[in-house]
Amino acid sequence: MAEMDTSSSGGHKKGPGVKKGKKLSTRVDLTPMVDLGFLLITFFIFTTTMSQPTAMKLFLPKDADKPEDQNKAKESGVITLLLGKDNNVFYYEGQLDNSASNFKSSNFHDIRTVLLDKKSRTPEKDLVVILKASSESTYRNLVDILDEMSINVLKKYALVDILPIEEQLIKASEAANAPSASN
Amino acid sequence: MGRAKLPRKSTNIDMTAMCDVAFLLLSFFILTTKFKPAEAIAVTTPNSVAAKVAPDKDLVLITIDKDGKVFLSMDDEQVKETVANTLNNTMNLGLNVAAFKKAGFYGAPFSSLSQFLSIPEEQRKGDRLPGIPVKDSSDNQLVTWMRVIKDAYMGKKMNLLLKGDNAAKYPAFKSVIDAFKKNDELKFQMITNPESVPTGSELWKRTMSGEKREE
Repeated sequence: MAEMDTSSSGGHKKGPGVKKGKKLSTRVDLTPMVDLGFLLITFFIFTTTMSQPTAMKLFLPKDADKPEDQNKAKESGVITLLLGKDNNVFYYEGQLDNSASNFKSSNFHDIRTVLLDKKSRTPEKDLVVILKASSESTYRNLVDILDEMSINVLKKYALVDILPIEEQLIKASEAANAPSASN
Repeated sequence: MGRAKLPRKSTNIDMTAMCDVAFLLLSFFILTTKFKPAEAIAVTTPNSVAAKVAPDKDLVLITIDKDGKVFLSMDDEQVKETVANTLNNTMNLGLNVAAFKKAGFYGAPFSSLSQFLSIPEEQRKGDRLPGIPVKDSSDNQLVTWMRVIKDAYMGKKMNLLLKGDNAAKYPAFKSVIDAFKKNDELKFQMITNPESVPTGSELWKRTMSGEKREE
């Protein structure tokens, strides 16, 4: 069953004038092998260049002890971004109101529009972005937001410790937004 | 009159030569590829648009894993030896210098560092180790580590790298940069995976107009 009888394929019979069966060539078709070879080459080329990690530089300022040494920023040019948990971003411009009415919520996708909007409204030398990460935010959030600074070419930004009041505000608004966020 | 027979040419091309070249290239790429060494500490780095390739020598690498545990590694043998000797002299830890030099990374409090070095290399896995204590700002041992390493480099340029996991929480990062700040190491680099610049963004426009990127 597994073997086929080839001697009388198609019912042909070797007539008297028919030559003997050709000698089978020893040549093998190498095309699939070449295909495979080049496929592997492309694979190796791509994997080697892609795995090169990059590094983003961060320069830390020296902690200034005296308040008069600290950098001053114009209130109108300041936007503060707060990183919460679950990739939430909150922001306010200038100083935080007592009633927290200028405290707005956003996310990593929309924050670019917010930053560009602020950038277009503010003279370049006054614009300062203050980044405050809460203890619930992740390292990824931080790198993302620093990345956002370089994507939007914001040259002045500072990483500042979060204030307890801001942390509370984040918690409160996260709790308030939780039901709508789950939709 | 019989017509002159044109010999029919075969359309088959001899693939042997091409095959040779293909496999020669293949073996070249296989042999030159550096395989990623099996990582003792599992870390998934975040993406960024930074285009600078991470340096690969004179490194001092701080790794933060997903639970916020901190590990340290160095690549310079000479520096490792100096660090081991300094730690032995100043804190009387009784470290085995040869084992210290061989270790790929360090992730234990000073008190149990010699115990850490006695664990066989292949059993040192990030998730089972305590990491260098940094959380408590009064006992941030990374400050000591950084001081000793900085002294060992003796003003030579070192590449301070920080490799954090996506899920690591901010306080761990904060205590690490605090340790850097206390040692006046204000420049460092964060290892990330490359990502393309979003189309239409400001940076994209600048790159398109041929402006050089600032790092």
